[in-house]
Amino acid sequence: MAHRIEIALKRGIRDARGQSAVSTAKSFLRLPVRSCETRDIYKLDVRLNQKQKTAIRKAFTDPVIAVSSEGRHRPPAKFDWLVEVGFKHGVTDNVGRTARVVVEDLLRRTLDADEEVFTSRQYFWRGETLTREQVMTLARDQLANSLIHSIEVFDPTSWAAHPIDESVPRLTEISPVEVKTYDLSGPDDELMKISRDGILSLSLLEMHAIRDHFTDPEISRRRAEGSLPCEPTDVEMECIAQTWSEHCKHKIFAGVVHYSDADGNQRTIDSLFNTYIRGATTKIGEEIDWLVSVFTDNAGVIRFSDRYNLVFKVETHNSPSALDPYGGAITGIVGCNRDPMGTGIGSELLYNTWGYCLGSPFYDGDLPEGLFHPRRIRDGVHLGVIDGGNQSGIPWARGFERFDERFIGKPLVFCGTVGRIPVSIYGKPTEEKEILPGDAVVMVGGRIGKDGIHGATFSSEELRAESPAQAVQIGDPITQRKMYEFLLEARDAGLYRTLTDNGAGGLSSSVGEMAKLSGGAELDLALAPLKYEGLQPWEIFLSEAQERMSLAVPQECVNQLLALADRREVDATVIGAFRSEPELVLRYGEKIVGRLDMDFLHEGCPTMELSARWTEPEFPAPRPLRAGSRNQQLKDILGSLNVCSKEYKSRMYDGEVKGLSILKPFTGVHRDIPGDASILLAELDSRQGVVISEGINPFYSDLDTYHMMAGVIDEAVRRIISVGGRCDRIAGLDNFCWPDPVPSESNPDGAYKMAQLVRALEALYDVTTAYRVPCISGKDSMKNDSVRGGRKISIPPTVLFSAVGIIDDIASAVTLSFKQPGDPVYMVGVTKDELGASEFFRLLADRQRTPGATGGTVPAVEPSTALATYRAMNQATATGLLRSSHTPTLGGLAAALAFCSMAGDRGADIELKGLPVDAVLSDDARLFSESHSRFLVTCAPNREPELQKCFEACATARIGTVIEEPRLRVRGIRGRLLIDAPPATMRKAFKETLHGI
Amino acid sequence: MGSKPSVLIITGNGLNCEAESQAAWERSGAVVRLIHLNDLLASAAILQDHQALMFIGGFSYGDHMGSGLVMGLRIRNALRAELSRFIESGGLILGVCNGFQVMIKIGLLPGLDGDYFSQRLALMQNDSGHFRNDWVELKFESNSPCVFTRGLDEMSLPIRHGEGKVFTPDRRVIEQVEKAGCVACRYTHPETGEPTNQFPWNPNGSQHAIAGLCDPSGRVFGLMPHPEAYLLPENHPAWSFDRLTGGLPRERLGLQLFRNAVDYMCASG
Repeated sequence: MAHRIEIALKRGIRDARGQSAVSTAKSFLRLPVRSCETRDIYKLDVRLNQKQKTAIRKAFTDPVIAVSSEGRHRPPAKFDWLVEVGFKHGVTDNVGRTARVVVEDLLRRTLDADEEVFTSRQYFWRGETLTREQVMTLARDQLANSLIHSIEVFDPTSWAAHPIDESVPRLTEISPVEVKTYDLSGPDDELMKISRDGILSLSLLEMHAIRDHFTDPEISRRRAEGSLPCEPTDVEMECIAQTWSEHCKHKIFAGVVHYSDADGNQRTIDSLFNTYIRGATTKIGEEIDWLVSVFTDNAGVIRFSDRYNLVFKVETHNSPSALDPYGGAITGIVGCNRDPMGTGIGSELLYNTWGYCLGSPFYDGDLPEGLFHPRRIRDGVHLGVIDGGNQSGIPWARGFERFDERFIGKPLVFCGTVGRIPVSIYGKPTEEKEILPGDAVVMVGGRIGKDGIHGATFSSEELRAESPAQAVQIGDPITQRKMYEFLLEARDAGLYRTLTDNGAGGLSSSVGEMAKLSGGAELDLALAPLKYEGLQPWEIFLSEAQERMSLAVPQECVNQLLALADRREVDATVIGAFRSEPELVLRYGEKIVGRLDMDFLHEGCPTMELSARWTEPEFPAPRPLRAGSRNQQLKDILGSLNVCSKEYKSRMYDGEVKGLSILKPFTGVHRDIPGDASILLAELDSRQGVVISEGINPFYSDLDTYHMMAGVIDEAVRRIISVGGRCDRIAGLDNFCWPDPVPSESNPDGAYKMAQLVRALEALYDVTTAYRVPCISGKDSMKNDSVRGGRKISIPPTVLFSAVGIIDDIASAVTLSFKQPGDPVYMVGVTKDELGASEFFRLLADRQRTPGATGGTVPAVEPSTALATYRAMNQATATGLLRSSHTPTLGGLAAALAFCSMAGDRGADIELKGLPVDAVLSDDARLFSESHSRFLVTCAPNREPELQKCFEACATARIGTVIEEPRLRVRGIRGRLLIDAPPATMRKAFKETLHGI
Repeated sequence: MGSKPSVLIITGNGLNCEAESQAAWERSGAVVRLIHLNDLLASAAILQDHQALMFIGGFSYGDHMGSGLVMGLRIRNALRAELSRFIESGGLILGVCNGFQVMIKIGLLPGLDGDYFSQRLALMQNDSGHFRNDWVELKFESNSPCVFTRGLDEMSLPIRHGEGKVFTPDRRVIEQVEKAGCVACRYTHPETGEPTNQFPWNPNGSQHAIAGLCDPSGRVFGLMPHPEAYLLPENHPAWSFDRLTGGLPRERLGLQLFRNAVDYMCASG
């Protein structure tokens, strides 16, 4: 039995947490709630006397605003329902972990292994008409996630009758340690059953390869000598399955693809990754000298200054975020931070980026059983990344959201981390990883539980109703922060040789990878520190419990490293040693439980063969609009989900910690307009800045993924150019999120999706090599489908292209705000009739109730023209010529003008007649076409001749003037007034859609 | 004692503003020693080797049980005698954001009647119910004895917190705080320049629009906004406008608070 402490706010003190719960319950679930009072509960499963118990309760209670009781605190004067939410067994309870420290301080002793502190939370609801069923909905759909939380609901009578709850979520039955073997001698359907039931996600071909390996006479003989069974043990089988998972092995990108184009011409591509992504970077690498480490480590590394290299990685965490949005997302950001932390010999973390593709938070259609409402997903994902980033002390640099109904089945959650690493430490290049045979394997950070087991194999599958609950992990940024500071201290003291993070696949993946550097490794899984007893050896090896890194430590440094870890209250444990023999030997105490050939483990996975068939998709265009004012259309676009302001949630992310931020995510006189790109320092005492941007547009994919890919690369690049970043120092990161492209009975159009992938990669090769913008890192997530509730929902093919660049002097940064009345407005770049899948066409199709009718010409990139424009822009920004610059994206020129006008709180008189175009173009195309590689710029009136000279080789024309009067006026080809709107009206439309949501 | 005053900055366990805080003091002419909280708890006397102590921002122990609570408890338990000695001998203490929260929890602020170890005020959850990052306008009280804010009038600074509302249900405490001149700065409305309760200018609903407090001696000071995150003119969100209309706001930087403290230490040194 535990000691229970309940803490409430004093009467009459505002309960902001309760008020938030009320407003969400009203606006999201539309429940008749009146008020909510919250309480914090601690359950101390600790040996205490009464005096100690009271001292602890007092220490836990804020004397100014809170009151507390041991046992049950008196209830509010009136309530209709009580909901208590706790954690299920084994779920990370971060508050409980911190409370344990306080208890230890107060008791002046260390708590024993069987003593623990747990937390839960109470919500006392008022709402006279609330039914039990509604309260259950409230509990399940808003307050708790039944995968990880325990939920109890009481009315006042049942609560009064209920004994005080002093139970704790602890496992009482502990299963004995047992190593099983897999019998692979059966027929194919039995092999597939083994794969499915064990969530191994191994294909038949792969099961055959494993069976053949283990029946090989030489292998059998060696196993017999090592007193191992002939059949693979569970430790071995699980290790192979995760090493060969799509998540870790990228089998689709590494496979052989037979592609046939629209005319039926066939060709074969051996490895999409090597052919296109690595191929492009290798080619570019022959012409530039600032690539340091690409595709080989946890993150890409490029040169920044004489002192520092930059490190950048962007991750996706889609499947976990679908199961538990908060836990999945916090793990996403905290996990991504470990990538730069584990790159080279370890880097410092500078900034985070985030981006989400979600269903509409206003979705009111049918939701397949088992899926969360998109609003719930959105709230949870934001909060997870907010808590993860803020508590890690890492500012956000960029963020975006895209909305489409097809993301209801699987949300896309992107998290990125930029770090810096000294060019060398102790005279050695920091990007090189080295391990010598004999080095100790040291696991550092959190302890191991069942968290996240099968995360890697599970994310390589579609989302099913029986997807495993333990695939959910909850990150603890504070434990990680402590580990991170410890690691930097140890790095600078030279206490370890190299390191890598424990992410998907846990130790099996980190040690399995690191062992390649020395040859092999030998581990004793019984040495690994556990959160609780009862884990099987294979679970210890596979667990994805968070906040852990694996280190290779020279034997002579082990004691010093462990002593430092102890002083910093960081767990660090020697669990084995690296060896030169090419095998991975796994022991549990004295007993050998697995012995895997390194070559088989890493090279034995059969190559996938895939077919891809491209056909031109056909989409009708929406009906053209009658001539007239476009005020309403502009307002609709500004207020549309994909364009509208995301400021409400964005302001909950810390963007200022470290004091490095120069161009912030929001800009303008009211700090409320998204900037083209962000600029941050990498060193407080340097004037050189880092520029960060992104491009993403899943909508173009419906028409042609080639142009989608080309477009998102161009968008990321031109955003950097727009704020003043150099065009010759940009690197990119590609994150591919695809619907399953492997044809099968349940996936009949797999070959088309595969062809979409091939086309996107062709564009990636063409555009990155033309721009000399190398990809330095990336990630692919290939199974973004949901089949829950008998309905298959697949995402549109989506690529996030993140870019990082350099600005030589932050003083030359340019923002998009219109600055002074009289400043001439210029358009640089050609506007074409490219409205296919544009924001404007999607608006028309939606209003005409033909949502798919967005067909037309999708914007195409002309790399050589674009590059000439970017060079001219570089000259203009470096010489301080431009007062403002903005590159049009969604919503075209019309939205771009609105943003510049709102940001500066200035009006402008614009005429579309002189706009540089390539053919006869309607007013609507001029206003709303999303043609790439364009800039809307202004300069001081006296510098107009300079501007004309600077852009003489580009299609450039003056299209108007900034004016004092706060009114944006745009006239069409024949002089008709198309737009006439004050910034205040546009601002209202832009900001109200997601305000408070 | 050397010519430069020496400042001790506590780090670790979830705190995270050490780099920019160190830079702020160093640019103002102080020398800085960073010390991990665990090391300070183990050897508390180190405190007396310094003229100033800073509690920096971050999330000490995750703010899991209420912001600053756990760190405040640990410091009060282990450092009480050394802190008393430090204050009595004229040392300066600065707390920013989480540091301010820690100081409030310990009782270092408002430090009325020479009592530095009883919690008198709360820094509670923002009225909005969530964390917020934005820039706010501050006005410094000319009648406050605070040595950090001497001669300062107005300043923009970033805020970023979820629990920054200065609050007590006991009106008498607030009156005492006001009377002793302990309110060093308040949130103001940019149009009127006057203290405001209006969101977002008052970002958390703080009583009397209080953004920062000092003790009656003026040597112990804490505030929610982050002066150490405004070391460059280009940190300010409006710098691209300012450069058009008469230069960048070099004199309004957050650095000024640190310079004042260093000047004070040098003068009394």
